[in-house]
Amino acid sequence: MADYISLFVKSIFIDNMIFAYFLGMCSYLAVSKNVKTANGLGIAVIAVLLITLPVNWLLNEYVLKAGALAWLSPKFADLDLSFLSFIIFIAVIAAITQIVEMVVEKSLPNLYSQLGIFLPLIAVNCAILGGSLFMQERDFVNIGEPIVYALGSGIGWWLAIVALAAIREKMAYSHVPAGLKGLGITFITVGLMGIAFMTFMGIQL
Amino acid sequence: MGNIKETFLNPIFKGNPISVLVLGICSSLAVTVQLKGAIVMGLSVMIVTGLSSFVCSLLRNTIPNRIRIIVQLVVVALMVILVDQVLKAYAYSVSKTLSVYIGLIITNCIVMGRIEAYALGNKPFASLMDGLGNGLGYAMILVIVAFFRELLGSGTLFGFQVIPQAVYEFGYMNNGLMILPPMALILLGCIIWVQRSIQKDLQEK
Repeated sequence: MADYISLFVKSIFIDNMIFAYFLGMCSYLAVSKNVKTANGLGIAVIAVLLITLPVNWLLNEYVLKAGALAWLSPKFADLDLSFLSFIIFIAVIAAITQIVEMVVEKSLPNLYSQLGIFLPLIAVNCAILGGSLFMQERDFVNIGEPIVYALGSGIGWWLAIVALAAIREKMAYSHVPAGLKGLGITFITVGLMGIAFMTFMGIQL
Repeated sequence: MGNIKETFLNPIFKGNPISVLVLGICSSLAVTVQLKGAIVMGLSVMIVTGLSSFVCSLLRNTIPNRIRIIVQLVVVALMVILVDQVLKAYAYSVSKTLSVYIGLIITNCIVMGRIEAYALGNKPFASLMDGLGNGLGYAMILVIVAFFRELLGSGTLFGFQVIPQAVYEFGYMNNGLMILPPMALILLGCIIWVQRSIQKDLQEK
C-alpha cells in the first residue's frame, strides 16, 4: 500500500509530466487561455490515461515483452516483439480515444458538449503515449501500478494546466514587452512554475 | 523550382515550427541538455517529418477522410520505428540517453501538423521538402537551446571542455540551473523574444 501512495505522490509532483518531462506541451500551451476549458481538457486527459495505461500494460506484458508470448505455446518463448511497441501503443491510444468519444457522446451528452473538441486531440497528446512508454521502461510488476501511475500523472497534468490557465488569465492585465507578448511570456512562466515544482525533487519517499 | 526552394527555406526562419507556430515542443526540450543528443534528435525528427510527409502525400488520394488520422499515425509510427532501430544499431549510447523521447516523435505535433496542413494537398516532392525544412527549423532551435545549456551548464560542447581551467581558478562556476528542465523553457522564451523583436510582424497583440 505504501508503495502505491509513494508512486502516486511521486507521479503528481516529482515526475510531473509537464515540468519534469515536457510531455503534452502543445495542447498545454494552446488550450491554457482560460480556466474552464483547461479544466475540461485536464479531466479528459486523466480519463484517457486511466484507460490506456492498463490496456497497454497488459499488451506489453502478454504480447510484446521478450518471451511474453510463452503462454501461447513454448515455441514462442524466445520471441521479442518489443520493436512493435510504438505502433501498437499508438493504435491502442487512437482507438480508445475514439471509443471514449463515442461513449461519452451517447451517454453523457452534457460532458461531451464541454469536452467535444478536445477528445480527438488527445490521441496525439504526448503525455498519453509518454505515459505508456515510461510505463514500459519502468517495468511495473502488477496491474495496480500502471493504474496508480496513470491517475497520478493525469492529476499532475491537470494541476499544471489549470494553474497555468489561472496565471494567464491574470496576466492579461499586465504590461509585457511587445516581443514577449503571448507565447514568449508563457514559456517563461512555465519555466518559473517548473522551478517552483523542483522544490519537490529532494523529497524522499 | 523557386517555389520548392521557398517551401524548404520558409519554415527555417519566418515560419519556424517551434518559435512561430508553437508545434512540437512536447517531446524534445528534455534532450537539449547536451548538444549531441539535440543534434541526433533534430536529425531524427527531420527524417521522420520528411519521409512521412512524402508517404502521406503519395497516399493522399486513396486515404478516406474519416480514418485519415489513424492512417497518418501508422505511417509516422513506422518511420519512427525505423529511426529507432537504426539508432539502436549504430548509436546505442545516444539512443539510451534519448530513451522514450525518440518514440515520442510519433506524437510530435510538427509531424502530424505538416501532414495535415501540407502533405495532404500537395505533390510528393514538395511535401518531402516541406517536411525536411520544418524538421531543420525544429533542429535549429534545439541546437541553439542545447548550445547555451551545455556551454553554461557544464562548460563543455559535444562533451569537450571549452571553458579553460584558468577561468575556474578565478572562481567561475558552472551554472547548475541550466541543466534543470525549466531552463530550457526560459531559454526558448528568450529566443522567441529575440526573434519577435527582429520580425515585428510576428508580435501578438
